[in-house]
Amino acid sequence: MRRLPVWLKLAAAASFAFLYVPLVVVVAYSFNDSRLNAEWVGFTLDWYRVLFGDKEMQLAARNSLAIALVASLCATFFGTLAGLAIHRYHPRWLVLLVITPVAMPEILLGVSLLVFFIQVLHLTLGLVSVVLAHITFSIGFVAIVVRTRLAGMDESIFEAARDLGASPWQTFRLVTFPLILPAVVAGFLMAFTLSLDDFVITFFTAGVGVSTLPLQIYSMIKIAVTPEVNAISTLLMLLTLLLVVAASRMDKGFMKGGG
Amino acid sequence: MASSPFRQTDNVKQRLFPPCVVASPCRIPHTAAGLRLAWRKNPSVSFVTGLAERTTSQRGERLTRLGVTAPPTLFLLAFFLVPALIVVLASFQFPGEFGGLAPLADPGDGREHGLTLENIQFFFSDFLFTEIFLRSFVVAAESTLICLAMAYPVAWLIAKSPKQHRDFLVLLVILPFASNFLIRVYAWMIILGPQAALARTLNGVLGAFGFEPVSLLFSPFAVLVGMVYVHLPFMILPLYTNLEKHDPLLLDAAQDLGANAWQRFWRVTWPLSLPGVFAGSALVFIPVLGMFAIPDILGGTRDMLIGNLIKDQFLGVRDWPFGATLSIVLTLCVLALAGLAAWAGKARRTHA
Repeated sequence: MRRLPVWLKLAAAASFAFLYVPLVVVVAYSFNDSRLNAEWVGFTLDWYRVLFGDKEMQLAARNSLAIALVASLCATFFGTLAGLAIHRYHPRWLVLLVITPVAMPEILLGVSLLVFFIQVLHLTLGLVSVVLAHITFSIGFVAIVVRTRLAGMDESIFEAARDLGASPWQTFRLVTFPLILPAVVAGFLMAFTLSLDDFVITFFTAGVGVSTLPLQIYSMIKIAVTPEVNAISTLLMLLTLLLVVAASRMDKGFMKGGG
Repeated sequence: MASSPFRQTDNVKQRLFPPCVVASPCRIPHTAAGLRLAWRKNPSVSFVTGLAERTTSQRGERLTRLGVTAPPTLFLLAFFLVPALIVVLASFQFPGEFGGLAPLADPGDGREHGLTLENIQFFFSDFLFTEIFLRSFVVAAESTLICLAMAYPVAWLIAKSPKQHRDFLVLLVILPFASNFLIRVYAWMIILGPQAALARTLNGVLGAFGFEPVSLLFSPFAVLVGMVYVHLPFMILPLYTNLEKHDPLLLDAAQDLGANAWQRFWRVTWPLSLPGVFAGSALVFIPVLGMFAIPDILGGTRDMLIGNLIKDQFLGVRDWPFGATLSIVLTLCVLALAGLAAWAGKARRTHA
């Protein structure tokens, strides 16, 4: 194997530092005994105490978790079907329908759903509109993960099942589903993470009635920054870390297919 | 899995047909009595071959196809395509009196209604709007180039690392981008803040040389840093996927033919990596073009980009038709870019 030049290693190390230093700073200042995120004063857990006493934040966290759970379950259902359909029947229009919401700038989806919910469905913006919006953008991610998994499998397995007289449902239940289950779970975890983290689309579809953690963080950043933001950020990072590690353990293709 | 398809198939057979149904190693019973017996034990499995079975299975196949394809298609038609078409329609409508859209049909009280080309005319009436679009393109191009420069060494390092380390290094790239988008932007608010070490050191040095102090936060510089930071992994991952596939023998051959390190890169690795470069660039350029939160948080009032303009039309001044028009113009830009990237990728492939 060819040896890598030192400058290349240094450049890569610099990029990794660029990726991680900001996150370390956020975590470190969540334990800082000062209202200002400027210099280290001393260790404290006060900001976590403030956080756990914050009623609005608790409500936002409950909303976020409920939205993420419902939206990711529905997205997993639709996305798995879409992945199967794309793999078996190659419908070009479904590919476009699935990929476009993932590929286009989020603001466009957010804006179009806002107009649609208010102008066409006459829906009061709230939990329902946010859940529907989250399902819409998550389907593509689940479909890609499931489709990647299917593409890596030996077609003869399904043919064998069919040749042996299995009905389509039996083939699915006994052969296909067990084989794609890791990808389905990885897709679910991914959809859950995406929903939990989404800011832009939620921003347009939530209205004034409902808050989620990212919306709460946004208003804190815009109005009054205190290290409470660092504390909730640290906890959220921990949660996403667990979800991502779980998803990548479930399905190796998730990292390449989902990126 | 591909190495032992037969064992897989055997497992499948056993799961489909438990021993109670099929006792003999031969799946389909030879005698008529055996056939009947097997059918009695499990009528849901058809052992009869021929025309009758084929028509049922064809109908079943069509039903399956419908059952698999219809739910996601219907959902996405309703919540993606229809809303998109509504936005196209809205871009030709008048704004409503209290925000929203004016009615299409005549309400009969002399209010504005119906369709108009006024919105697109308004867009071109003031150069300010075009300027914001151009500025967004410049910011997107700058972000893409900086991301490319930072991502290439990382992608290369991962692709050249021993196999057992690669997955871990890829995970290291993914982890920060899995943490919440706002948190990552907020981190730069802290780092670039006026009371933070970076700004104080810089302004100390500037002051020593008699310059005015500068503000790092709420500046175009901060916006650019935020854009690069948030989108860097989108450049690293496709580049890595591409570089990983390169055959190292090509570089050896180039070396044997007398190419130096720079020539090996510029004549071999770089042209081969162009599909990855195009894919990564599209993944950075397009989201940056529509981004509103980063200029909103890290930028000043004059650093408005397309995203901020659109957001203001919908949530600020509540001129939905004009916001819809801006969205359509942005969509057209994105489509043109995606087409360009696809065309460039294809041209490379047929060329190679």
